[in-house]
Formats: sequence, structure tokens, C-alpha cells
Amino acid sequence: MKFNIFSRRSSWALPYALFLGFFVALPLVLIVIYAFTNSAGEFSMVNFRKFLLQPEAVNTFIYSIGIALVTTFLCILLGYPAAYILSNKSLNRSQTTVLLFILPMWINILVRTLATVALFDFVHLPLGEGALIFGMVYNFLPFMIYPIYNTLQKMDHSLIEAAEDLGAKPSTVFWKVTVPLSMPGVTSGIMMVFMPTISTFAIAELLTMNNIKLFGTTIQENINNGMWNYGAALSLIMLVIIGITSLFSDGDEQSQNEGGII
Amino acid sequence: MKKFFAQSYLWLLLALLYAPIIIIGVFSFTEAKVLGNWTGFSTKLYTSLFSGGVSGGLLSAVENTLTIALIAAAVSTLLGSIAAIGIHNMRGRKRQVITFLNNIPMLNPDIITGISLFLLFVSIGLTQGYITVVLAHIAFCTPYVVLSVMPRLQQMNPNIYEAALDLGATPFQALRKVIIPEIRPGMISGFILAFTLSIDDFAVTIFTKGNQGLETLSTFIYADARKGGLTPELRPLSTIIFVTVLLLLIIINVRSRRAARKMENI
Amino acid sequence: MTNQNNCIIKIEHLSKAFGDKVVLDDINLDIRRGEFVTLLGPSGCGKTTLLRMIAGFLKADSGVIAMEGTDISDTPPHRRPLNTVFQRYALFPHLNVYDNIAFGLKLNKVPSAEIDSRVRKALKMVSMTDYEDRDVNSLSGGQQQRVAIARAIVNRPKVLLLDEPLAALDLKMRKDMQMELKQMHQELGITFIYVTHDQEEALTLSDTVVVMSDGKIQQIGTPIDIYNEPVNSFVADFIGESNILNATMIRDREVEFIGHTFECVDEGFGINAPVDVVVRPEDIYIIANAENAKFTGEVKSCIFKGVHYEMFVETDKGYELMLQDYNAFEVGSTVGMFIKPSDIHVMQKERTCNTFEGKMTSPTTVQILGAEFECGECGLQAGEEVYVSVNFDRVELLDNKEDGTVMGEVEFILYKGNRYHLTVLTDEGEKVYVDTNDIWDKGDIVGISVAAADLHITKRV
Repeated sequence: MKFNIFSRRSSWALPYALFLGFFVALPLVLIVIYAFTNSAGEFSMVNFRKFLLQPEAVNTFIYSIGIALVTTFLCILLGYPAAYILSNKSLNRSQTTVLLFILPMWINILVRTLATVALFDFVHLPLGEGALIFGMVYNFLPFMIYPIYNTLQKMDHSLIEAAEDLGAKPSTVFWKVTVPLSMPGVTSGIMMVFMPTISTFAIAELLTMNNIKLFGTTIQENINNGMWNYGAALSLIMLVIIGITSLFSDGDEQSQNEGGII
Repeated sequence: MKKFFAQSYLWLLLALLYAPIIIIGVFSFTEAKVLGNWTGFSTKLYTSLFSGGVSGGLLSAVENTLTIALIAAAVSTLLGSIAAIGIHNMRGRKRQVITFLNNIPMLNPDIITGISLFLLFVSIGLTQGYITVVLAHIAFCTPYVVLSVMPRLQQMNPNIYEAALDLGATPFQALRKVIIPEIRPGMISGFILAFTLSIDDFAVTIFTKGNQGLETLSTFIYADARKGGLTPELRPLSTIIFVTVLLLLIIINVRSRRAARKMENI
Repeated sequence: MTNQNNCIIKIEHLSKAFGDKVVLDDINLDIRRGEFVTLLGPSGCGKTTLLRMIAGFLKADSGVIAMEGTDISDTPPHRRPLNTVFQRYALFPHLNVYDNIAFGLKLNKVPSAEIDSRVRKALKMVSMTDYEDRDVNSLSGGQQQRVAIARAIVNRPKVLLLDEPLAALDLKMRKDMQMELKQMHQELGITFIYVTHDQEEALTLSDTVVVMSDGKIQQIGTPIDIYNEPVNSFVADFIGESNILNATMIRDREVEFIGHTFECVDEGFGINAPVDVVVRPEDIYIIANAENAKFTGEVKSCIFKGVHYEMFVETDKGYELMLQDYNAFEVGSTVGMFIKPSDIHVMQKERTCNTFEGKMTSPTTVQILGAEFECGECGLQAGEEVYVSVNFDRVELLDNKEDGTVMGEVEFILYKGNRYHLTVLTDEGEKVYVDTNDIWDKGDIVGISVAAADLHITKRV
């Protein structure tokens, strides 16, 4: 019923729409095209066959998923209590503490990784799988804490009071009210941790002295070595895995969380 | 008691999170080549970082990082703000499609964004270098600008544009004198966000920088680390970056909190 | 046609539809110079749309808006010599009070000394002197609205448009502002076009009231005309409290309703013609002594309303009337009542039964309202085009919307003394009028069905 004079301004989005089409949609289409063609440009499944027939690539793939799962799990384990404490007014009132947890998200990932390497050097611990997992958790923990904190903070506190009023014990309130209500934040956190850990590269090389290879590195190496079609196919496989994961989470929510950081 | 444990947990976690950074910060004030050796207080690494003596490559990488970030952030802010006004006035299916496309770069892992843009540039035969990196950065930064400007538009009283026209402003004057001042805070946040994202980026840059020798800070560190030895000047640089980001974040937070308080007063 | 040059805005055959929904349907309106005109109607009646078209924010699908004899239909809003006061103020949040008011003057490159004096004068006019430097966000709703008014009048528009400017204010503030607006109108001497859904506000402020409903102008007149001589039951119901009753015009100056025959002053309706009668609650005289009264009734409820009492009385023939009187009458007591002939207002009935255009789908079924109804044998063949009429009281409304032949939403309810007259809007957008004793609420979704015997079918030629 209400008319908006602005409606003619919808055409203002046109330049950006074209930009998105060219720099976002088209490149993704190219990944699909490259993945399903051979180096001569003909339609072919050769890239996927190659992946399945290479035990090394498949192993790296499975190992990467494993590392990503472990990292995600550790992040939930460490991050949930932190987010809970940060959002609970009787346990923490300081906004600065919250800010301190978010701050590392804004530091260059390589600088952060470098710092981890430095720490391990400093305390004379060997680099390797342990350092890799520590570095991953260290890098991505803030991305787990933030969305959970956000959800918990927005949660209607009267729900908890209502549960208490109905006679629930504190532990019951926590498991039956707080945890279920914070699930959107957890799924969002899982997306924000699992996705970058599975797709990461470079970090692993630095943290393990080139001893452990992750799937991201495999993709990067293939692209660097000119195996574009194979690299595109591997990228598509990764996209599928991420797509499956994101089915468990609402994509919009994640983007909101990321955008709302500052 | 409960509060004590809770606070202890938080600070323990923070200590763990910040230990590496603090170590780097501390050891930026000593000359030792290898991190962990303390050879007495010195600011030599800072002076050598800025004189560019030991590591000319590092300084030019920093310069590239900053200019790329500035250009990408400026273009993203312009493109994204105009787009946000457009999207704000769109309805139905078209709006859904553009919002969906806008979300893709935020949801995609960086490596996919990087590879997809790499494939685009090689497909259209564009030589990769400074230009392609800037274009790529604009592509993944603009969605965040759109996302920070949209809420300002949604909060805006829809009649104020009409009020300006009613008082004799042409559509362009109304935009300049009424709409832009209203969305400016969103544009500024968007700019800062785009700037930090661009500085932080590694994955997209490495796929789009080509092989003409262009390095940004991230790719420089990566290349350096792969060679085995970490340039000691990276320590003061990391410290500076860390302090700068800290300051930026504090500024943004104070700004947004002040804005929030202002909203409450209305 | 008189005083053609006195007419500042002339609207002719203006129509507008948003998608399928017609919001303005062939509007014709003349607004005189210096007049205080109010567009009055329920929400969704098209009044705001009409105002926005005058302001230039909306384009008409067809029709002409002329200002001082020139067609301004295609003039963009910033070139129209009129200014608007918006419902939600629409002050510029980033400018202070002074800069808000000076906005239009600065755009017109008025010298700054003149801007200064005009802004101050405007502020004085809205009693906001000394507020120049205040942040508009720190002002109360009433103060913001004053600034919005000052911002509009400082440009000396020929016409001031006001879109429900007082709707967001509390009652007391609204009353004060009404008086001030009226005074401002007299001082400025310019034309005010005022949109409101508050009939009391419209009657208080206006020289002319334009009552709108369903995108059509129902009546144009002075507040007194509109109140005393509503042209139809919609206007009568919308303006003030009223008893609207079914009646029969027995002959000139004699009308029968609520089971009694009354003398009235209306003529020319014919003999035994069905009409509607409006009697204002304050026009029914009530006395404790029932014996000498025209008719009697039992007081069902009595509520004190500040100045008068509002009572519901069930008459001797079972009709319910609303009355207002300065004296209270005990609930349960029997009272006598009179109505003066001049207080009975007779209106032409807009319709006496539902008429639908339809088509026979078989000798015993007919297609109307987008569905097939059983109609019994009527001697017509499938495919013949017909008119179907149904009496108001023969339409059946069903609680369960699936049970009806078609579905509809209750859009408008009119109480007629002994029954409700409902307007039900079907899914297909057609209106079905229903008389019922059952109580429905506006917005109820109902099933509609009609018994075969109640469909009266005539062939369409």
C-alpha cells in the first residue's frame, strides 16, 4: 500500500549487480566448468577419477576433515564456557574482556600463525601435529566464541527466569534452556571454524615445517603447477563438503555475525 | 566464588591467546636474529624496518598492502553504498537474487574465492598483478560494505527523502544533503571493515598476484617463512600491526557505543 | 462552476491502482484558496495516497491535478509550490532545529539575513523560540512536530499538506495542537489540506470535509452538513455516533421504523420505499414517564461519559437504540422516548439486495463469485448469462470457512437496531452484503453459502 518514491532507485544496484555477476557468479561457474573438463577443454570426469585413484590425495582429504573436526570440537569445548561467562552479567560485566576475545580475529592470519611458531620455539616444543592443532584452535577460537556470545547475549533472559520459576535446578536450566537456545550460535560458530580450517593452507606448512599437508595445500599446489582442471575439481569437492556442512546452519546468520563484529 | 573461577578461566584463555603476540612484541625490542634469545633492549629492529636496509622487500610489501587496501576499501565503499541504496529500494525476487549473490563472497572460503578469481583472470587473459589483486579485494570487500550500510538505510525514516524533495531539493541534492549524512556512519564502518579485511587477506591475494614479483605483507611473510628463516623485522612489524588494529577496533567500538547511547536517548 | 479563479487545486478523474488493488477511483475535487480541507476516512481509504499525489510523490494512473489552472501532474515534487508536514515528522536527524527549518530556504538561495529572520518568525509561530540550536533527536514528539510545521511554513507555500500530523501525539497534546493549527491557518491565510482518520479532529478543524472510503469520495461538505445530512450509511456511521435503521418511507413526510410511524421532513422518496434512517443518539429525547411517549423501551445499560450518559435502550418492538442524555436512567427501568421530525434523517438505500452477474453452468447450477452454486430448475440453459439476486438476510455465514461455497472476510459492520449489516469481501474481491443476528468481528474469515431457493435468477440481455 505504501509507495516508496525511491523505487526508481532500485536501478542504483545495477552496477553492483553486474559486478557481482562478473566477479562472483561467473568465477564460480568457471570452477565448475574447469572441474568437468580436461586440459583440452572437453567434457570429462577425468579430474574426479584422478582424485579417487590417488590414495595420497584422498588421505590428505580425510586427514584434513579429521583435523577440522578436532579443531571445531576443541573450539566448542573451550569457547562455549568462555562465551557463556562473557554473556552472563553476574559473571562478567566488562565489555573490554569481550573486545579482547574478538580482537585476534582482526589480526593477519599469517602473523598469528607466526606468533604460534614463535611460542613453540620459545618454550622449545617441537612443531608438528600438536602445533598444527594448537595453531588452528588458537587461530579460530575467537570465531567460535563470538557467535555463541552473540546468541547468548540476545537471548531473552526472562526465559531463564521462567524456567527457574517453574522449579528447574540451575543445571537443568542450563541444559534444557540455555544450551538449546544457544544452538544457532553454536552452528554458526561451527561454520565459522570448520569452513576455514578445512580450506586452510599455508598455516599447516608453517606449523609443521612442511611435514603435514592439508587439502587446501594440495589444491594450491595443483593450481600453482598449472593443473587448473584438477585443482578446480578439488575445489568443487571442498565446496560440496562445505555445502553439506552449511545445510546444518543458516547461512544468513553467519554473515550477520561476521558483519556485526565491529 | 563462581565468579572467581569464571574470571580465572577467561583470563587463562586470554593469556593463551595473547601469549604468542606478547612474545613477539617483547622480542621486537631486542636484536637477536633468532626469536627466544634476549640480547638486551634495543629498538634497532624498528629503525632497520623503517630504514629498509635489511629488508627492502618487506617495506615495499607493506606499502603494497596499504595502497591496495586503501584503493579496495575506497572503491568498495562507493560501490557498496550505491548498491545498498539500490537494494534497499528493491522488492521481491530481484532483491533475493542480489542479496544471495552478495552473501556468496562472505560464505565462500577464501581459497575458493581466490581460485575462482584466478580462473576468471586467466580465462579472460588478464595479466595478473596489482590490478587483479585490487579487483579481487573489491570483490570480497564490497559485500561487507553493503552489509554495514543496509541497517542505516533500514533505520532511516522513509519520509526524509521525500521531505527534502518537498522542500525543493532535486533528487541529487536530497541524496547529498540527507541520505548520505544518514548512512555515513555505516559507510565509515564499511570502509574500515573493508580496509582491515584487505590488509588481512592472504588466500585471495596469493592466487591473484601473478608472478611479476608483487608481494603484500601476507605473501611476503609466507614466502619468507617457506625459505626457512623469518626476517627479524617481522617482529616489530607484527607488533605495529597489532597495536594499530587494537586502536582501530577501540575507535570503532567507542563510536558504535556512542551511537547506541544516542539512539537510546531518543 | 462559481468562482472558478478562486479554486487553487482542481482534481479531475484521478485514479490509481497498486497492482490489482484500486486505491483511488475517479476522484474529482475542487479546493478553494485559503480553505481548510480535510480528507477523512478509515485507513486504506486512499486519503494518504491522494495527498501524496498532490505533493508529487506518487503519479496517478490517469486524471489531472491542476494548481491555479496549470496541470502539475508531471511536475516533480521539488518544483511544486506546496509543502508537506509528515506523520512521523521526517526531520533530518543530522541537522539541528535551525538547519532543519532553513533547509528549503538555503536550497532556494535566500540571503542569509532573510533566512535568519524567517526561521525565527517561523519558530515563534510554532512557539519554539530559543530552540534553534537544539538537536532534533532530543525533542519530544510534539516539539518535533512543531519543528516540522515550521520547516514547511517557512517556505511560504501556497498550500500546506498535512499527513495525519497529530496521530502520534497523546490526546491532550493533540487537542492543544488542533487549536494552534486552526489559529495558524487563519494567520497564514493559505490553503491547508489535512489528512486524518479522526472524525472529531476533522469536524473541529475543517472548513470542508471530504469523506472517503474504498478509494471513492463519499461526501464533500461543511462539518455541519456532513454531520447532519450524511448521504449514506457509511458516512453516518463514520461521523459521530448514530443509530442507523432500516425504514420504509410510507409517503412524503412520513416514515416507518423500529415498528412505529414517525413524522419527518423528507420528501420525494416515493410511496412505501425502503430507506435508511439516521438518528443521532443525542436527538432521541428520553423521559421517565412512559405513558405519553411516542414509544417506550427498557434501559439496558447506562455509562457516564464525562458530560453526558450513554445508554442502550431496547424498544418495545425489540430494537436496540443508543441514546445520550445529561440525566442518567436506571438500568432495567422503562422509559419513554420522542424524536423530533427534523432530527430524523432519511437516506436513500444504497442497495436493497445483493446482485451478482453470473452464468449458468447447467440447468440447475450457476457460476457467481468465482464458484458454482446450486440454484434449482429455473428454465435456463448452461452458458446463459444471468443476474442473480440474493436478499441480505438469505446469505448464510459459516464459522468454518471450508464449509461455505466461497470464502470471505468480514470488512465492515453496521448495527441496524435489531441486526447487523455486514460487508463481506470474497477472495475474488467481490462484496457480499449480509444481514444477520450473529455477532461477527471485522477481519473474521467466513464461509459463505446460499440455499438454492434463495437465489433469484433473471436472464441478462
